[in-house]
Amino acid sequence: MAANGTPLLELEGISKRFGPVQALDRVDFTVSAGEVVGLVGDNGAGKSTLVKAIAGINPPDEGTVRFEGKEVRIHKPQDATELGIATVYQDLALCDNLDVVNNLFLGREERAAGAGQVTRQLDEVKMEHETADLLSNLAVTIPSLRSEVGTLSGGQRQQVAVARSLLGDPKVVMLDEPTAALGVPQTKQVLELIRRLRERNLGVVVISHNLADVFAICDRVFVLRLGKAAGEFKAEDTTEEHVIGAITGLAENRENNEADREKNERKPEEEEEGA
Amino acid sequence: MSAAESTVDGAQDGQGSTRGQAIRRLVQGDLSSVRVVLGLVVIAIIFQVQEDRFLSAENLTNLMLQITTIGLISVGIVYVLLLGEIDLSVGAVSGLSAAVMAVLSVNHGWNAYLAIAAAVAVGAAIGFLQGSLFSRFVVPSFVVTLAGLLAWEGALLQVLGKTGSLNINDPKITGLANTFYSDTVGWIFAVVIIAAYGAVLAMGYRKRVAAGLGDGGPLPLIIRFVFLSALVIAAVAILNSDRGVPLAVMILLGFVVGMEYVAKRTTFGRHVFAVGGNAEAARRAGIRVNAVRVAVFTISGSMAAIGGVMAASRLFAVNQNSGGNELLLLAIAGPVIAGTSLFGGRGSVWTALLGALVIGSISNGMDLLSLSSAVKLMVTGGVLLLAVLVDAVARQQRQTSGRV
Repeated sequence: MAANGTPLLELEGISKRFGPVQALDRVDFTVSAGEVVGLVGDNGAGKSTLVKAIAGINPPDEGTVRFEGKEVRIHKPQDATELGIATVYQDLALCDNLDVVNNLFLGREERAAGAGQVTRQLDEVKMEHETADLLSNLAVTIPSLRSEVGTLSGGQRQQVAVARSLLGDPKVVMLDEPTAALGVPQTKQVLELIRRLRERNLGVVVISHNLADVFAICDRVFVLRLGKAAGEFKAEDTTEEHVIGAITGLAENRENNEADREKNERKPEEEEEGA
Repeated sequence: MSAAESTVDGAQDGQGSTRGQAIRRLVQGDLSSVRVVLGLVVIAIIFQVQEDRFLSAENLTNLMLQITTIGLISVGIVYVLLLGEIDLSVGAVSGLSAAVMAVLSVNHGWNAYLAIAAAVAVGAAIGFLQGSLFSRFVVPSFVVTLAGLLAWEGALLQVLGKTGSLNINDPKITGLANTFYSDTVGWIFAVVIIAAYGAVLAMGYRKRVAAGLGDGGPLPLIIRFVFLSALVIAAVAILNSDRGVPLAVMILLGFVVGMEYVAKRTTFGRHVFAVGGNAEAARRAGIRVNAVRVAVFTISGSMAAIGGVMAASRLFAVNQNSGGNELLLLAIAGPVIAGTSLFGGRGSVWTALLGALVIGSISNGMDLLSLSSAVKLMVTGGVLLLAVLVDAVARQQRQTSGRV
């Protein structure tokens, strides 16, 4: 179950700035094959920015990225896809009016052979067959592959989105808040699915606010705070309290707080002078 | 562990109930068209009771000829509606294209087919232009095509010049809407259509069974086959007992079937549905969203031109009123009445034909009863409103029952 061998994806000294905001500050991050890494942190800690940097949506300003030991540049989403990095965003990007099969193959439809090539006819049977295979491999339960995705439950939609990301045969899958807004049984289904991704020897990155979920599935927990790495824990060696401490910054020594307080005490005087 | 087991069980349950799913899908998927067919039956009964010429072979043939133009324009409108957009210029484009054809044929002596091709090219070019403006500059399609409506109507007046009207005398053009096939040819059409439909159904079913997806058995397909065969035989019998199967009907049917195939069976059609359902998702899936949009508006312009050509052929003339009046609104109302969503991503090209039939029957029946156009417009408006309301209620129910 645990991570093995050299990391699949290695980030070193990644920084990203949006105007005056330092969204990421020299972050090092790794994912190995067959490992689930939880990426946690408060709002604005830089979780999404880090994922977007890896996915090629917001390329980092500084830092190096290595994939399977080789240094790579990810400037646009296609670069990430070609390397084998798939991302499932929180909004899932599904077409509610299309059925499960059509959503899975959206943008990479199987085409019919023979005369149908002229009109770029779809090979529905092949797509449905492959969908059935993939979903049963993942033990995903959908009432009918031909039901519109809009009629599915939140958990089923999430599973469809994850299954879709696997069609390109990726090596790393990043999931943004996969269990947000899901009920308990649905969350369970999605966590099961994530475990099966690990069994397939994929590297999995999970952004989550829900520490219970993180501890349920992750091998390693990576904490970001104000754009900086604020701690890295093996899930089995740590407790939620430790992680929460890192997220909120309470674990950092209290000197910082003291310094802050001194600053705050001095500030009003300066402001008065300014006025 | 127990969770894993229960999901595996769930998977088996899911496969076991696919038969029930198939039946439910059949009912739900065809619900809106079944509703429209029922509506047509009600309309037919109402008019037949008041005026027994309504269901006569002669009047039904006339009805089919009357709906050709609206039906053809609606085919393009369906594509635009699938995107969740609107094209208000189709009426004006149909008039302008027909005028271009008439001027080239009558004043410049062009070959009929070249003149028709030029008309379709004009429609396609206009659609391409409007689609490009809409997608490139992210202007609402409503506004772009509203501007088009005004501009192309002006262009129509310009092209027609001082006389304001041109009579078409080339038999190749007027023949489009005024040719009737002999009884024998009509029956040959019937046999070919039924055989082709049967072959498509059988091949599709065999392929599904071969791939291990043969759910629900062949019964629904057999029912559909028998239903369509009966319909085709009845239609040909009726048309033959009057003047015969009109070429115009075959043209309309050809476009409906062809464009339905493109919408439902090809990669392009799938992308149209995807863009209409969730443009951002389509973009992220690597679909060239703007190319799809431009193509759809080009289709809409082309179909408007083809509809305009048929209208000119039927009237033997193009005048300043061509493509005007309520043609545009009826061409949009038709597919919506028959169940194509105004909000994109849901519908079929068949609704172009069904909607045109509904609107055409109402208009034709009220003509037979010599009702004023005031009444006609109000009734048509009422039917459109009713259809949209029924559809909205049905959709709400389907959504609440669909969510498990």
